[in-house]
Amino acid sequence: MSARNIRIVYVKELIDLLRDRRTIISMIVVPIVLMPTIIFTMGSLTAKLVGQARQEKPRIMIIGGQDSPATLAALHELKDVDYVPASDDFTNLISDKHVRAAVELPKGFDESLRQGGRPTVRIYTYEGEMKSSFAAETIEKFFRQRKEALVSDRLAAAHVSTAVLTPFDVQRSNVAPPQKVSGNITGMILPYLVIVMCMTGSIYPSVDLTAGEKERGTMETLLTSPVSRTHLVLGKGLVVMTVSLITASLALVSNGLAFTLMKAFMPGGAKSAMLGLTINPTALLAVGLMIIPLAVFFAALMVAIGLYSRSAKEANSYLQPLLIFTVLPALAAALPGMELNSRLALVPILNVSLLCRELLTGSYHWHYLALVFVSMCAYAGLAIAAAVAAYKRETVLFRA
Amino acid sequence: MIETFALTKIFPDKKRGPVRALDQVSFRCEPGRVFGLLGVNGAGKTTCLRLLATLLQPSAGTATVAGFDIATQPEKVRAHIGFLSTATALYGRLTATEMVAYFGKLHGLPPPLLRQRIDALFDTLGMNEFRDRRCDKLSTGMKQKVSIARTLVHDPPVMIFDEPTLGLDVLTARTVVDFIRDCKARGKTVIYSTHVMSEVEKLCDRVAFIHGGKILAEGTLPELRAQSGLTDLEEIFVKVVEQKS
Repeated sequence: MSARNIRIVYVKELIDLLRDRRTIISMIVVPIVLMPTIIFTMGSLTAKLVGQARQEKPRIMIIGGQDSPATLAALHELKDVDYVPASDDFTNLISDKHVRAAVELPKGFDESLRQGGRPTVRIYTYEGEMKSSFAAETIEKFFRQRKEALVSDRLAAAHVSTAVLTPFDVQRSNVAPPQKVSGNITGMILPYLVIVMCMTGSIYPSVDLTAGEKERGTMETLLTSPVSRTHLVLGKGLVVMTVSLITASLALVSNGLAFTLMKAFMPGGAKSAMLGLTINPTALLAVGLMIIPLAVFFAALMVAIGLYSRSAKEANSYLQPLLIFTVLPALAAALPGMELNSRLALVPILNVSLLCRELLTGSYHWHYLALVFVSMCAYAGLAIAAAVAAYKRETVLFRA
Repeated sequence: MIETFALTKIFPDKKRGPVRALDQVSFRCEPGRVFGLLGVNGAGKTTCLRLLATLLQPSAGTATVAGFDIATQPEKVRAHIGFLSTATALYGRLTATEMVAYFGKLHGLPPPLLRQRIDALFDTLGMNEFRDRRCDKLSTGMKQKVSIARTLVHDPPVMIFDEPTLGLDVLTARTVVDFIRDCKARGKTVIYSTHVMSEVEKLCDRVAFIHGGKILAEGTLPELRAQSGLTDLEEIFVKVVEQKS
């Protein structure tokens, strides 16, 4: 009888929710359309803007250098650079983006080099401005090459080989298989995405099925039925969990597709290291397994909070801080040096985040997996107990 | 049958301290009779009926509904009552049929019996025209009919009505009043709360005046008239409240 009642409540609440346009938006449109569109558009736009910036001829100003004709002549031989006449107002011109960078040659630069001095060339840029950085890179490259040529000439004049500058080489070799390298990157992104989508996917249904029901006056109708409060909570909680899991799964699939599309359509130069990511299906399955108790935990916690609230507005105001408490531990997997240990395996959300990263890098620490799973099940159980207790308290149900 | 025994409900209130919403209330409603609870707003009518429907737990005393104790057998009580009030709204995104069927299923009706009950109720209440229309698209009268069908789908022996005509237009209110008469004719125990005197005169076999959480007077209409020496129910009510409160 109890399973039957839970199923009846579950089916009704699911149908009811799916007929609501807002559920469809939060459960399907946001993860399938909105997030990948944002990622794809931002990625494509960034690649396009970077490409355009690289192709633009930078406007550069040379300050001084009248007494250094050799350097000036060499600078003017640089292709793909537009020189603008010198001006005392060069800092404002750079700020206003009329000039991308300025290079200041000190007095007697060429002469100083001939006499073995150590003059300083100053490059003025607008920090954080991409086109200004590219202009500065061009100038830096020019002076680096000139410096190397000068060093070579001086060594040759002293009959010393340039090999003296590199007595030995240092090489770094990667022993991690490509799957682990890829897993390290996906392990930083994926847990965050799944946890946050799992949480945000629970918000609307949990509020609608609890505080929303109070507001609409259907709570009292439902409470007159002979079904026990526990079964009502379980039926509603299962619906929230279902929506939350669907949202997280759709987010995973659609973002995966967005990355694949970016990989296929972006020009080679614009591809970042992230676009070479691959995900091990076994690891993904293990992540899915870990997400289930997390989804139960979120669903029960939010049902309890929703029940406690007088209105949907009040419930939302309680759930906003919860989003912060979810995002922070979810982000922990991306922090350098943060590793799963027995203590952290007991911290809800953070434990799932860290474990998912381990799983995605192909590290299966079974004792941690068991510890995280059992602790999350325990937290989920506590959250369910809190939701059931809230549903049984008349002061909560009939709060005016 | 409904019997209450010194039924008491105290609500905690941070500002005012404990509020005694219902104080030692005892009465008895017989099958095939309509028992009216008459009182002003805040008198304790809704609290009393919510206690009988097991939506609230008594602070002291108890009651039996259809032979089941409200404190120890709340699920059995709810299986034997139909509860209708202005606060019992409908699920707007379900159709009229889905709404009634949902509650039929929650009451454990097997599918063939449920279909039969829904068809019979929809015929009786003239609901076939809008049976597949979503509840949020229905008029107030249609909604009230769906609510009535929802309370009757499991054919409960006890009906509890908490100001069911509040805010309804004349025609819709008449549907509700007719429905209550029909319940009485079918031998159901009916308890009915209102502050509309004319409805009490039309419907109730016995009336209890409730004020400040206490029953001030109880009896049939002729008994109450004889005790007070007055004929008009409103006059009788005011006199009793002024004398005893």
